[in-house]
Amino acid sequence: MPTSAGVEACLPIGSDLDLVWVRQHVRQAAARLGFGLVEQTKLVTAASELARNTLVHGGGGRMDSAQVTRGRAVGLRLAFSDDGPGIADLELALKDGYTSGGGLGMGLGGARRLVHEFSLESTVGVGTTVTVVSWASAPPRLREEF
Amino acid sequence: MPEQEAAGTQGSPADEVGAFLRRRREQIAQRWADESMFRTVFTVSRDEAAEAARHVVDALAEVADAERMHDTDAAGFTVVREQLARMGAARSRAGFTTAQVSAEVEGLRPPALNLLISDLKDAPAERVRDCTTALTVLMGTLRLVVLDTALSEGQALIERQQLQLLEVATPVIKLWDGIVAVPLIGTLDSARSQVVMETLLEAIVEQHARFAILDITGVPTVDSLVAQHLMKTVAAARLMGAECVVSGIRPAIAQTIVHLGLDLGTVVTRASLADALAYALHELGAGIVGPAADGARLR
Ligand SMILES: Nc1ncnc2c1ncn2[C@@H]1O[C@H](COP(=O)(O)OP(=O)(O)O)[C@@H](O)[C@H]1O
Ligand SMILES: [Mg+2]
Repeated sequence: MPTSAGVEACLPIGSDLDLVWVRQHVRQAAARLGFGLVEQTKLVTAASELARNTLVHGGGGRMDSAQVTRGRAVGLRLAFSDDGPGIADLELALKDGYTSGGGLGMGLGGARRLVHEFSLESTVGVGTTVTVVSWASAPPRLREEF
Repeated sequence: MPEQEAAGTQGSPADEVGAFLRRRREQIAQRWADESMFRTVFTVSRDEAAEAARHVVDALAEVADAERMHDTDAAGFTVVREQLARMGAARSRAGFTTAQVSAEVEGLRPPALNLLISDLKDAPAERVRDCTTALTVLMGTLRLVVLDTALSEGQALIERQQLQLLEVATPVIKLWDGIVAVPLIGTLDSARSQVVMETLLEAIVEQHARFAILDITGVPTVDSLVAQHLMKTVAAARLMGAECVVSGIRPAIAQTIVHLGLDLGTVVTRASLADALAYALHELGAGIVGPAADGARLR
């Protein structure tokens, strides 16, 4: 029986150690909401990428996590936000292999493929927020089509 | 002269408390030596506990003389800080919570306060109240100092343990002549990846290894940074003349790596450590472990 206890949270992202907490929180929250092992792993990995971007590119920030429901479907929404330099060219940033630093450049694009819903908002000089949602089973809209 | 030593006659409450602490140093120390704060740390001898308690009384007297009852940074505390830190460390090793440590320090207050009240039995009520308040404030400050040192001692302990973990969590195992393996466990952050790489490269040189197996069964998350570290390690090992095999990629992680879009194309991977060993042995041409006559596979 999925329960939302411990799913709502706001975690700081200011150090490597915080990334460990973020991954742990996402894994536990997803498990509580009834995510299968593969979906858990995908979401945790996406969270790891986005939280590291918040830390490395955004200069630190936070992750807010909340349960979402649509019809009978249950999901987890994670928002990663920072007050960093922002992203001038969103499309370029999302391109596989593009990195402004020494990374692999697979974080943003990869995270988008690992979750069901993905939105990226950024203003140069103000900050960046990436919000993702994944559903415990198949995404609800697909389900309704059946 | 005797009047000066008498209680409750002159000076500020802080002066009064300072004079009291010096006058009653021995009695207070003896009582504190029996309180759990000192008793449980200095289990070897009671004299040792009393001596430690005397140091704390002296420190408090100095703080009172300086009229810095509220000040956790008062100079008087510096001389006992190290001792308090040791006591705090003993507490955190024993699994004490902050609240328990706090309660222990609080336990030192009543014996001292009772002595002060009996010394002040002839003083006006207002004077008694001011002096007991001053001592209570001072003991509260001591409590803060102890908690402060206990907490930073705990932090230092955690940092030491993390460093130790870095070392113990990367054992390089010689599986066969020319084959070494590292079972990776836990988070592969940058610091750990660096240690892993260094230890592995050293082992490759020492053992004249031709194959190095990196088993990631114990790594919970493989994101692009972890993959990048793995690939760097593989490339460095290759420069040392050893081929790396990555084993233990669990099904959920394999699917995630594909969605993430990571290309481990140049890295040899095997499902399990046993498979990786079989591969390496085969490549080395070690005929000893060919398929058995009954067709059983090396697994
Ligand atoms: N939170 C952020 N703030 C500013 N820039 C960002 C942020 N997240 C991503 N970027 C930009 O997008 C690029 C691509 O990100 P990503 O795909 O994760 O690759 P990588 O982190 O390996 O560089 C980064 O190099 C960086 O320039
Ligand atoms: Mg990234």
